[in-house]
Amino acid sequence: MSGRGYVYKREPLVFELSRPGRKAYSLPSLDVPERPMGDLIPENQRRSTPANLPEVSEVDVTRHFTRLSQRNHGVDIGFYPLGSCTMKYNPKVDEAVAQYDGFASVHPYTPEELVQGALRLMFEMQGYLCEIGGFDAVTLQPAAGAHGEFTGLSIIRAYLRDKGQGRRNKVIIPDSAHGTNPATAILAGGETVEVKSDARGGVDLESLQAVVGEDTMCLMLTNPNTLGLFDENIHKAAGIVHEAGGLLYYDGANVNAIMGYARPGDAGFDVCHFNLHKTFATPHGGGGPGSGPVGVKKELADFLPVPIVRKQGDRYYLDYSVPKTIGRVKEFFGNFGVVVKAYAYIRSMGPDGLKRVSEDAVLNANFLMHRLKKDYYLMYDRICKHEFVASGLWQKERHGVKTLDIAKRLLDYGVHAPTVYFPLIVPEALMVEPTETESRETLEMFAEIMAKIAREAETSPEVVLQAPKTTFVRRLDEARAARQTDLAYREAQETE
Amino acid sequence: MTHSPYLPNTDADRKAMLAEMGLGSMEDLFADIPAEVRFKGSMKLPPALSEPELVRHMKELAGMNADAGSWVVFLGGGSYDHFIPSVVGHVVGRSEFYTAYTPYQPEVSQGVLQSIYEYQTLICRLTDMEVSNASMYDGASAMAEAALIACAATRRARIVVPMTVHPEYRETVRTYARGPAIEIVEVPYDSKTGQADLGALEKTVDDATAAVLLAHPNFFGCLENPDEVSRIAHDKGALFVVAVDPISLGLLKPPGAYGADIALGEGQPLGNPMSFGGPYLGFLATSEKLVRRMPGRIAGATVDLDGDRGFVLTLQTREQHIRREKATSNICSNEALNALAAAVYLTTMGKEGLVEVARLCLEKTAYARDQIWKVPGYSVPFSAPVFKEFAVRGPGSLKEVNARLAGRKMLVGPGLGTAYPELNGCFLVATTEKRTKAEIDGLAAGLGGRA
Amino acid sequence: MSEVVFPEDFRYTKTHEWIKVTGKTGRVGLTHYAQDHLGEIVFVELPGVGQVLKQGDVFGVVESVKAVSDCYSPAAGKVTRVNDKVTDSPELVNQDPHGEGWLYEMELEGDGGVGNLMDAEAYDKFQAEAGTEH
Repeated sequence: MSGRGYVYKREPLVFELSRPGRKAYSLPSLDVPERPMGDLIPENQRRSTPANLPEVSEVDVTRHFTRLSQRNHGVDIGFYPLGSCTMKYNPKVDEAVAQYDGFASVHPYTPEELVQGALRLMFEMQGYLCEIGGFDAVTLQPAAGAHGEFTGLSIIRAYLRDKGQGRRNKVIIPDSAHGTNPATAILAGGETVEVKSDARGGVDLESLQAVVGEDTMCLMLTNPNTLGLFDENIHKAAGIVHEAGGLLYYDGANVNAIMGYARPGDAGFDVCHFNLHKTFATPHGGGGPGSGPVGVKKELADFLPVPIVRKQGDRYYLDYSVPKTIGRVKEFFGNFGVVVKAYAYIRSMGPDGLKRVSEDAVLNANFLMHRLKKDYYLMYDRICKHEFVASGLWQKERHGVKTLDIAKRLLDYGVHAPTVYFPLIVPEALMVEPTETESRETLEMFAEIMAKIAREAETSPEVVLQAPKTTFVRRLDEARAARQTDLAYREAQETE
Repeated sequence: MTHSPYLPNTDADRKAMLAEMGLGSMEDLFADIPAEVRFKGSMKLPPALSEPELVRHMKELAGMNADAGSWVVFLGGGSYDHFIPSVVGHVVGRSEFYTAYTPYQPEVSQGVLQSIYEYQTLICRLTDMEVSNASMYDGASAMAEAALIACAATRRARIVVPMTVHPEYRETVRTYARGPAIEIVEVPYDSKTGQADLGALEKTVDDATAAVLLAHPNFFGCLENPDEVSRIAHDKGALFVVAVDPISLGLLKPPGAYGADIALGEGQPLGNPMSFGGPYLGFLATSEKLVRRMPGRIAGATVDLDGDRGFVLTLQTREQHIRREKATSNICSNEALNALAAAVYLTTMGKEGLVEVARLCLEKTAYARDQIWKVPGYSVPFSAPVFKEFAVRGPGSLKEVNARLAGRKMLVGPGLGTAYPELNGCFLVATTEKRTKAEIDGLAAGLGGRA
Repeated sequence: MSEVVFPEDFRYTKTHEWIKVTGKTGRVGLTHYAQDHLGEIVFVELPGVGQVLKQGDVFGVVESVKAVSDCYSPAAGKVTRVNDKVTDSPELVNQDPHGEGWLYEMELEGDGGVGNLMDAEAYDKFQAEAGTEH
């Protein structure tokens, strides 16, 4: 290792750092009388050789993972306008309080009378989400948005069966929907029916009317949808589905746009999941953990997973006697540690603050869309909510520069790219969600970079086509990764 | 609310931005929300707290919980008070990791991607399996997804599971099985050994069985006979799915060595705090031939344009964002940060450290079992070997037992009577490497009613 | 695209599979258009030998890095042989879709319905039109 440049170009795998005999741990010696191994585990149950884990010092561990962290973009480093992911700033106090022993070091089977603080927090959180979404009951058990969808659809299915409507199995999903929606519908035992978007980006009511019927289980709607547009006919769509005897599922991935302005429950939706890791500022952790609580109207409350936190007098307790419960979707009570952070966030914002969050999220998105529209094609040029979908179609048609190239070029400028090629109904989609935690200057800077890239596409397309050049690695060969799969390191490779 | 530290726009900014767009007020931005669904009034939520007020409030709530910092926790049943080396918290506390999203732009996500690849490698080496994914929500949902993989791979729709598997895991499997109408058949346990009843298992597994699910050690802490269960499953062409305690693999034969097709487990013991039940992580590893049925994200190594090694998410066509209704699972967000903690933990403990932790758990558990056995009124209902927890039959309810221990600030449990009525009055005691001889002796004394 | 020649003796489907009939045996593959549209193919799932397919049945899937496509049998019959080479080297479908990259052979049931497929000229026109719309 000759110096910083080398270290930065290629960080070895931790396995390559391993040297026999090196240790990063320290443990106490055994303080109880030692019994021979043979007395405790039968010979044929024992491992013959230790797992081939790395042998490194703590210095190695720290440096290795610190260097890995530096090969990463995060919200704390810079702008992260990844559409549909709500990459807002994660308040540090929320991180700090979640670390308290009284939250982080509590065993889930601690007797209820000794976890009244934790149960109270969960009880209050259930209530806050009911109020924000307009629902009557909430479960905090689902671990992520898709897990919430699964929970919600399972509840709907159980409810319909209970009503003697078990043959209803069609889940209606707009063509703009996130991929988790159709995948969830199948997992929950349904079948998907796609419904088209209309010219303004909302659900086409005629198409919807044509597909509803006696087999309709529910409509699964994200609103604002993945185009960042509020569906202006949402109440009419709701009416059509309810009329047909189906239920309404609200994918609450985008609640960040509407807090204090609209509540899914008021619009007639029966079930909704929230993404605490989007709307309520808990960090995404490089892919998780999230938390996906589900709210329901009172007719469906008897079907929630167990347990639910309830209050009797001054005492909080876990209620396992939900009469028609769908059962469990995971062990214990959900991603409590994430719930703590979201709870702290809601307490720090208050009702006016949350409304201001939605206002600024929408303001920022519209401002940015406004700044970008002279350089980038907009399929739906109307007021958006928390995000908008621009397109690289002009650049592709005029200069042969695709959206992927634009995304890669953005990395050279030190900002994360928007979500690309989604939603599927917009060609060369660039889905931009600035969030409310970005300042006007940051938005202006991003708009300038995008304008610059548009000019580059015109005057020197090769710069865009070959981007990125300033990152730790250049474009990676994804076809090779999928053809010659290398999913775990094998020592033999070293000698290649 | 006067202002929020997380909202940088000033009123002047807002006004200028609206003006540039030719809008008069914020209201204009919400004009697309029809009056019929417009929320009027103010959300009934408590008013905003300043940071010092929030800290005070959260401390108050935290202070109302019995935590492992001030209580001696012998609680088990799927979450354990293991020691977490400081370096783990240091790494997962780096905001370059925790404020990142799923690595969709690999060029600026090599840190997360390489750490996932290392995690996958560590899990493969630990379990002796060929392929690991990047993590599932938890052990229970990993088991449910494993059952779905087995049904898809065998084109069968019947799952056999002994009652020695964690009741909450079995409930989760049942919930997941309802959609695709998979039959779940439970097999009793041997009331003497505390292990799955192999005779009953052999009779139940048939040619229509997609998989046998086992936990080893099981919910009672007992070691099972995985070789035998593996044979029973494979004889009928079913897959063998096993949930393992990752710490136990310091000493126990890994799933790959007894022919498991899918190995999974709760990864919490690997450097993740108990956190009142989550967030944890489910690890899931399979044989090579099941890789295209694997749910969730997988990182793979490749090269960049210059031929340098780099990492990407791969085999993504399995996943919901591409295959939609034909995806292997609907999972999107996983438990990446918890998987990172597990990777740092396994790296820190290393080849010898993991064996040592496992040995400490094993010996202390054996000692605790012996000590409690000697206390009048208590007995140990099961004879099978145990690893780090065991069942105890007490003289009264768990509530009474814990009341006896309250003065010593010690806790045991969970009770077994709710899920197993015949085991009313029984509870679990878990003894990790953190418990000292003095604490174990104190537990025995406390159970015996000595002050 | 213009220099691609679609073999005269093949018949083609609207879902971009081809079949070449020799006696009672039909050999099946994907067209140049299909592979070009999918991009770099990384995985091919083939039917099982002995599997009986109706015309239009899904016989397998092809995957590129970011897309998956079901493949439909151009004819009715029983699968007699599969091309293991493409399982190991899926890129063959990109490199030589009408030759080395064939997928399976089947024993046709009657004419298998091949009579209602497009000939080369009709398919050439069909794919040229499909290629311009987006």
